[in-house]
Amino acid sequence: MVFKDAALTPEEMPKTTPVPNPHGRMPTGVSWEPIESGAGQAVARARGVRVERHLVEELEVDPLAEDLMVVNIGPSHPAMHGTFRLKCWLDGETIVKAIPEIGYLHRCFEKMSEMHPWQEVFPYTDRLNYMSPFLNNVGYAMAVEKLLGIEIPQRAQRIRVILGELSRVMDHFVCVGTNLVDLGALTNFWYLFRGREEIYSLLEHVSGARMMVAYGRIGGLMRDVHEGFEDEVRALLKSLPAYIDDVDRLITDNRIFIDRTRGVHGIRAEEAIDWGWTGPCLRAAGVPYDVRKAHPYYDYDQFDWQIPVGTTGDVYDRYLVRMEEMRQSLSIVEQALDDLPEGPVNIDDWSISPPPKDKVYNTIEGMVAHFKLTFEGVQVPPGEVYSYTEAGNGELGFYLVSEGGGHPFRIHCRAPCFAIYQNIGPSLEGYMLSDIVAILGSLNVIAGELDR
Amino acid sequence: MAEFVAENLRRRFGDALERVSDEHGDLTVWVDRARVHEVLEHCKRDSELDFCFCMDVTAVDYLTLGGTPRFAVVYHLYSLKTGKRVRVKTGVPEDDPVVQTAVDVWKSTDWFEREVYDMFGIRFEGHPNMKRILCHRDFQGHPLRKDYPADLRWKLLRPDDLLDEISSDEMKRIRARSSYPISE
Repeated sequence: MVFKDAALTPEEMPKTTPVPNPHGRMPTGVSWEPIESGAGQAVARARGVRVERHLVEELEVDPLAEDLMVVNIGPSHPAMHGTFRLKCWLDGETIVKAIPEIGYLHRCFEKMSEMHPWQEVFPYTDRLNYMSPFLNNVGYAMAVEKLLGIEIPQRAQRIRVILGELSRVMDHFVCVGTNLVDLGALTNFWYLFRGREEIYSLLEHVSGARMMVAYGRIGGLMRDVHEGFEDEVRALLKSLPAYIDDVDRLITDNRIFIDRTRGVHGIRAEEAIDWGWTGPCLRAAGVPYDVRKAHPYYDYDQFDWQIPVGTTGDVYDRYLVRMEEMRQSLSIVEQALDDLPEGPVNIDDWSISPPPKDKVYNTIEGMVAHFKLTFEGVQVPPGEVYSYTEAGNGELGFYLVSEGGGHPFRIHCRAPCFAIYQNIGPSLEGYMLSDIVAILGSLNVIAGELDR
Repeated sequence: MAEFVAENLRRRFGDALERVSDEHGDLTVWVDRARVHEVLEHCKRDSELDFCFCMDVTAVDYLTLGGTPRFAVVYHLYSLKTGKRVRVKTGVPEDDPVVQTAVDVWKSTDWFEREVYDMFGIRFEGHPNMKRILCHRDFQGHPLRKDYPADLRWKLLRPDDLLDEISSDEMKRIRARSSYPISE
């Protein structure tokens, strides 16, 4: 160690002993000495620099580092798409061992939910899978509605389907686009993000927010859609397929893409089921499980659509499944839009859904209902329920426990990413470092949902 | 309705089932803690039930409701073959918060159980890596317990070298795979 600018006397210099190199084959240009916390701190004190303890301990010598190269990918790294850390031990470029560490984006979703009335949990759910926030709104709203035993109006159901499917398209846009940009195909990223912007504009028009829409409500929606909504969706239905086709033409038969993705991170169906995988990644492995088909809600069984499945479950199959799912989703949107019923979007019960504003300001009943709803929350009877919907990454489950009253007793979110990301450590072994970006991108792990 | 599931479990574990309910269409089975592993294994291996998915493992702290035992560990199972779901619950007392792990039945329970340990302090016996997952390793207490204050803050800086997740046997195996010679 050389301290050029440190005025240290020889006595002040830290006492370190070099690590005996057992092989006499230290890689060129690399040398190290063990830095004990005490020694490091002594140097820092002598130099008048305040060094955080963890920065010194970061330099602890890893016993495997004698033989292998240690690479910490993340927690903040462009290819990780979120804050999670993957510590890899590499032999050349081959991964010998990888251990994931998650929790960097843990923000106590479940604990915070217990502190708020039922209807105030929606903004928190937006931030679970922030690539398709409305699908989380729907998942949570459905769970509370199941506990309340109510059914929402037909029009609200259809709007939930339309915006939910568009959110799914948006989710897949981001997943495919960023996966490709990690592999060096930047053009597709612009094509798909342009489509995503168009969907964002619609969501902004509908809810007032581009990303964190918080548009779902218990018993319906925040408000009815604006005039001209149908035309805007039809315009989207015209423009979005073009972006998907552009990417399809550029990528699906692309030799470089196929070489980098086919046969990478394949998984057998039984294995994927055992690890609790759901969603596009499971379907890529050949299991046609989709909550929308297996347990249809909101008339998904009345639409004409199909579940695309892959065969090997590798990165290439996941890409193909997502591309086809986008087309199927747009087909569902078209069918849902064709018979969008008229009528209210909120359940006609002032103890669940807030009364209209003219009733709040002009009638005592409306005022009281609004006051009680705001201060006491939606009164949910005691009980427990597990409700599940198909979100962008798979089965999004909400397990709710109510003790009666305005606040949830317990809310647990079953995040699809959490199950999908579990086997990343063992399954990466043997792959190359460059495969990691392809694999992580295709799993579409969203830190907000993973860490909750 | 998932009546045949309840019937099958009753036939096989008559005495171990403490309570069976069908609230909101969700079949719930309360099982004695000592036999929960046996029940879960039966749910997976039995050809009639065939619960191939363990969708979720979580827990509930009934402290403020005065429940005894204090905790309940909750498993949500799903069968692709029959399309049925079942919720298996088991009570866990505060003074001995230990449940046998289900990692040997479904691999998916690995992180779910770690999360339950992290959030509730319920240990899973036999789990290969019973370690916190979402909270920092120096974190004290278990945040989803009802007696844990929501506004408590920690300043935690020490990074995790993750070496405790590699056993000594595995360390030897990894070294043997590398191109460098092994030395002791």
